[in-house]
Amino acid sequence: MDKVKIGIPRSMYYYFYGRFWKYFFEYLDVPIIVSPKTNKEIIKNGSFKSIDEMCMSLKIFMGHIDYLKDKCDYILIPRIDNYGYDNQTCTNFLSLYDLVSNVFDVNIINYNIDYTKKQREIDGLYYIGACLKKTRKQIYHAYKMAKIKEKKDLKKEIIYNYNKLKSNKIKILVVAHPYNLYDDFIGKPIIKMLDMLNVCVIYCDKFESDLCRELALDLSSNLYWKYSRENIGAIKLVEDKIDGIIFLSTFPCGPDSLVNELMIRKTKKPCLNLILDDMDSLTGIETRIESFIDILEKKIQN
Amino acid sequence: MGNYYIPVKYLFSHILDAKIIDAPMITNKTVELGSKYSPDFVCMPFKYTLGTMIECLDKKANVLFQAGGGCRYGYYSELQERILKDLGYDFKLVNLVTMGQADVKKIYRDFKSLDDNFSGIKALYYLFITSKMVKYMDKIDDFIRQNIGFEVKKNSFINLNKEMLYKFSKVKSYMGLRFLYLKYKRKFKKIPVKKDKNHLKVGIIGELYTLMEPFSNYFLERELASYNIEVKRYTNAHYLLFEKKNKVKWYLKYARDYAKYRLGADGLDNVGRAKYLCKHGYDGIIHIKSSFCTPEISAMAILNRISSDYDIPIAYFSFDTENSDEAMKTRLEAFLDMIKMRRDRNE
Repeated sequence: MDKVKIGIPRSMYYYFYGRFWKYFFEYLDVPIIVSPKTNKEIIKNGSFKSIDEMCMSLKIFMGHIDYLKDKCDYILIPRIDNYGYDNQTCTNFLSLYDLVSNVFDVNIINYNIDYTKKQREIDGLYYIGACLKKTRKQIYHAYKMAKIKEKKDLKKEIIYNYNKLKSNKIKILVVAHPYNLYDDFIGKPIIKMLDMLNVCVIYCDKFESDLCRELALDLSSNLYWKYSRENIGAIKLVEDKIDGIIFLSTFPCGPDSLVNELMIRKTKKPCLNLILDDMDSLTGIETRIESFIDILEKKIQN
Repeated sequence: MGNYYIPVKYLFSHILDAKIIDAPMITNKTVELGSKYSPDFVCMPFKYTLGTMIECLDKKANVLFQAGGGCRYGYYSELQERILKDLGYDFKLVNLVTMGQADVKKIYRDFKSLDDNFSGIKALYYLFITSKMVKYMDKIDDFIRQNIGFEVKKNSFINLNKEMLYKFSKVKSYMGLRFLYLKYKRKFKKIPVKKDKNHLKVGIIGELYTLMEPFSNYFLERELASYNIEVKRYTNAHYLLFEKKNKVKWYLKYARDYAKYRLGADGLDNVGRAKYLCKHGYDGIIHIKSSFCTPEISAMAILNRISSDYDIPIAYFSFDTENSDEAMKTRLEAFLDMIKMRRDRNE
């Protein structure tokens, strides 16, 4: 019997739940295909399929879907609305499913997380299981095992990230959404640049997310975006151990436009606000980063 | 926002023992002030409200109110407060919606701290009158929108509306309000209009602030009226405050071919409305939004499909803080010409 193949776009949700999905489908014995790292071709196709005012990350997402559309049976696109009233997501995340189903002619496997309407993550996964003809018991088992494995991996990364704080180099906290930070076209080149300049890069998303969410309220009492809260909490957590902050966002990111502005006004550390779009050359950004590092070095010397 | 300052002023002047300062009408100067101190790619309402706040503070106001939710609106107040404090103003900002939901207890406490004599029951009574006032205003507005393009004597609708709003702001009880509403409804119906049998009909959908603040869309509705066109618009304050909760379920069912979930803010509503307008013989749809409005951008992709399915043209207007409205007027004229030609060809 042919097995159902599930495609996962390497964008947006992948950077939050990718590892979990990998383990989860491994336990269920369902083959998955993950789209390749972002390249020029994907961005070109994505921009072609999307509205011109969409944010860069969303255009990349559309490009990944375009790549996957005839290479698998189903494409996995969850819809995560909120984890309670004070943990909502960006409106782009709410519309991903409908966007893709209207623009592309593909089969989508989908689940919905909405804690205000009592739709938990496991309920969504049960729904997926029904589509894949798996029993509830199998799903529950796979869910638990995948969660445990994911936790283990995360713990390692968090410890590694904390250890970086002890280094003697210049330490810079990069505040960005994971789907921008680890994307091969947006975040990776910038991190490479920072590595070349002999800077210790600390990621904002590799801390305990629960702790960060609580801490974020000290900086901004009214912030209700889950992912932004996790980023902002990291600033509060390590503010006195770092030398500078780089804010990285894509044009025109909705939450970032407000939250980053507020943070730049509130934080006492020197900071650099980078806004990226579909660019052919990163020379402009490179100059800005270099001068920022120079300023930091002079500041430390004094 | 449009004429809604009248009921809001009415409410606050009755429940709070304070001097209410009229927010000045939005002008180019407001927009300039707002965009000067705003982040780069924030959506337009932020700039407008910030500009208005600065103008109010210059008039020696010391308490500001802000409310909103759904998308970015809910987070405006905190950043605006910070920006204004950095500018050196001393004031108190009362945020009616916190953490994405309205907390009645918190609002009560806020008001109590502003005014010791604040009474909850009195506030409820005036809230009731205000909500009814908003409802009546919206009903009259709907009627005006349908007929203003065909008035025989120029400005007759606008003048009567101004008169009505002035009377509304002086009203003392609910019965008085209702009496006034019925009286003016009759008056509005008596205004002579000259309607063609097959006049053009256009629906306006889009983002709520741009729809309701006439300055931000360069008086698009007035422009349409000058072309003798009947206009249908759904979004108004009454819809947002009271009807939306019930309507969303209906829209989900009605537009199920196009959208499975809510799209955030008014995204789903606009998809449902577009389908409704297409099915009920409207000649064209105008979709307006402020630039970088995320929910509407997602909705636009779906609207494109509706447009091709039903073969109804949709014009997209994205407004930012430009100084001139000529570009919009040219595009609008071309769009209306196209609708007219389509209509002639089909007959």
